[in-house]
Amino acid sequence: MASTDRTAAPEPGFRASSRLKELMAEHFTGVDRAAREKSAPVAWCTSVGPVELLRALGFQVFFPENHGALLGASRVAGEVMGRAHAIGYSPDICSYLTSDIGAYLARKTPLSRYGLSAAPRPDLLLYSTNQCREVRDWFEFYGREWSVPVVGVTSFRDLGEVEDSHVDAITRQLEALVPALEAVAGRRLDPAALELAVERSRTCSDLWRQCLEASAARPAPLTFFDATIQMGPAVVLRGTAEACDYYRLLAAELAERVAAGRGALPRERFRLYWDGMPIWGRLRDLASLFAGLETSVVASTYCNSWVFDALDPRDPLRSMARASLELFIARAEGPKQRYLERMSRQFQVDGLVFHDARTCPNNSNVRFGLAQRLRRTSRVPVLVLDGDLNDLRCFSDEQARTNIEAFVEQLEDAGPAAAGGGHP
Amino acid sequence: MSAGPCYVGVDSGSWNTKAAVVDADGRLLATAMVRTGADVPAAAARVVEELLRIAAVDRSSVAALWTTGFGRHAIPGATSSRTELDAHARGALQYVSGPLTVIDIGGQDAKIIAVDADGRRTSHKMNRKCAAGTGSFLEEMALRLDVPIGGLPALAAASREEIELGSFCTVFTGTEVLGLIRQGKRPADLARAAYRSVVKRVLEMERVEGTVVATGGVVSHHPLVVELLELAIGSRVIVPRLAQEIGAVGVAHAARSAAA
Repeated sequence: MASTDRTAAPEPGFRASSRLKELMAEHFTGVDRAAREKSAPVAWCTSVGPVELLRALGFQVFFPENHGALLGASRVAGEVMGRAHAIGYSPDICSYLTSDIGAYLARKTPLSRYGLSAAPRPDLLLYSTNQCREVRDWFEFYGREWSVPVVGVTSFRDLGEVEDSHVDAITRQLEALVPALEAVAGRRLDPAALELAVERSRTCSDLWRQCLEASAARPAPLTFFDATIQMGPAVVLRGTAEACDYYRLLAAELAERVAAGRGALPRERFRLYWDGMPIWGRLRDLASLFAGLETSVVASTYCNSWVFDALDPRDPLRSMARASLELFIARAEGPKQRYLERMSRQFQVDGLVFHDARTCPNNSNVRFGLAQRLRRTSRVPVLVLDGDLNDLRCFSDEQARTNIEAFVEQLEDAGPAAAGGGHP
Repeated sequence: MSAGPCYVGVDSGSWNTKAAVVDADGRLLATAMVRTGADVPAAAARVVEELLRIAAVDRSSVAALWTTGFGRHAIPGATSSRTELDAHARGALQYVSGPLTVIDIGGQDAKIIAVDADGRRTSHKMNRKCAAGTGSFLEEMALRLDVPIGGLPALAAASREEIELGSFCTVFTGTEVLGLIRQGKRPADLARAAYRSVVKRVLEMERVEGTVVATGGVVSHHPLVVELLELAIGSRVIVPRLAQEIGAVGVAHAARSAAA
């Protein structure tokens, strides 16, 4: 998929993006400076882990999954993953993990564009297995490597309903983490600081949701591909005022675009939903291919993974526990199906694209018949793309292009009456 | 020589480039086929020249030339293109009415296409990034059994024993075949097992329902695949005339429909 034959002139970028670039640069250089100068404690945290505790204790926080995504997008992943495979980390496990450990072993990082020679070295690593077990194994590699504490939450997975008993159990684990975090931070946890961090996370979450929901409009002002870039602050700056300020800026710009009827694409014939991980090394090519087909990928499960409706500063730890359990990735097939049905209706999509990522079974939702069930219940056409988040050996450009083009042809043949109208 | 406008379809496949021409009334005038080789545009040019010669159609009568297949975007002079999923479904519909399932087994991929009663595609599935279940798998097996690919059907016809082969990876299955040869298994039985492996792999891709139509080069040249498909699904499998050229026929009809 090196090039596309049908191309479309992209709409001008977002004004907010210049601030986004500054924010991300400040984030990376800030954590790096803290690590080098020991001016603040540094922690690594999983992307949907309990970051608010770290914020409240004054940690500078680095998110290795974000680093994994950068390794994928910059295609450095393909050069370095083999290093991790060679020391026993299988090509069949998370390619974020193997990319990141491989990059560490090869002494490479795409953060060099921000002047960093390596990912900032942490004083502590904090995980939650609410998304997968790999994050713990990933962090334990570095814990051994640097002799730093690795602490975390061993969460529930595949939950049907989130019961109080589940929330109680995770809350107790969060409480139990506090002494270890305090020991590294060198200070006691201030309840007011935790409430503030949770409040900011919740505000960031609400604003980010508002941005994503702008694409319920026709035409959609923000595509999935735009959103994977725009979500940076929601991931790495959750719990900070800067992230909230950024999404106020972006939400206002999106509202302007909606009011003016300006879509992300010059023309939007069809609207799709994306489930599963991005294919980072082909993000731009896929965006261009869909744009050329005048098909807007208007919403995704992935970008909504940083929407935490349960967060409540009046009950910080318990609400953090509930929010971590309510996430799509931690849920059973039933809630996942209901979520996708609801999102399909809300965003009036003409079809669903499922990315079956070879090394990410926990975020590949076609492996237990869900796509077929949805096709029956929602009558929305479904396409499955085989690929991977970072390991492009699992992705065929030509086959993906044919699959996507054939899917759009199918939507064309179904006629305009079917567009957005397949919902019960 | 046809006087009215004609519509040419070219299916640029991994092994062969096929072409078909239909007239304004949708009558199929001719088909042609050449090896694709390493120069996709040149193969397309050759096949179109051959096609027009056979059909006795003057180039000036060609109102549209549409392409399909993996090389569909690389053919100079094409006026539009459709994917092979669309082209094979349209081609099959020239012979059989929907609802139907098209099983297309090509040199490098396999597809299962569902078509409703109105002739509209409702879903499709392609093989994963893997040659198992495709013509390339059979080529590899022929190599291991030391017969040319054209000799594989005759070899399999002499089979007396059912052997189960893997269907997950071409390279590993090749190794498995070598091991079975060392154990004294007969090449004829292994040849039949290779065909069964293709059928098994294809049917693992998607549920097959309704009338089943098989297309593609593998089906055209390896009739045992059809026989084994029928055995596996327990019903008749229709192989249309020109099963290998069906994509070219389909995309020629697509060109004609667009002009209508």
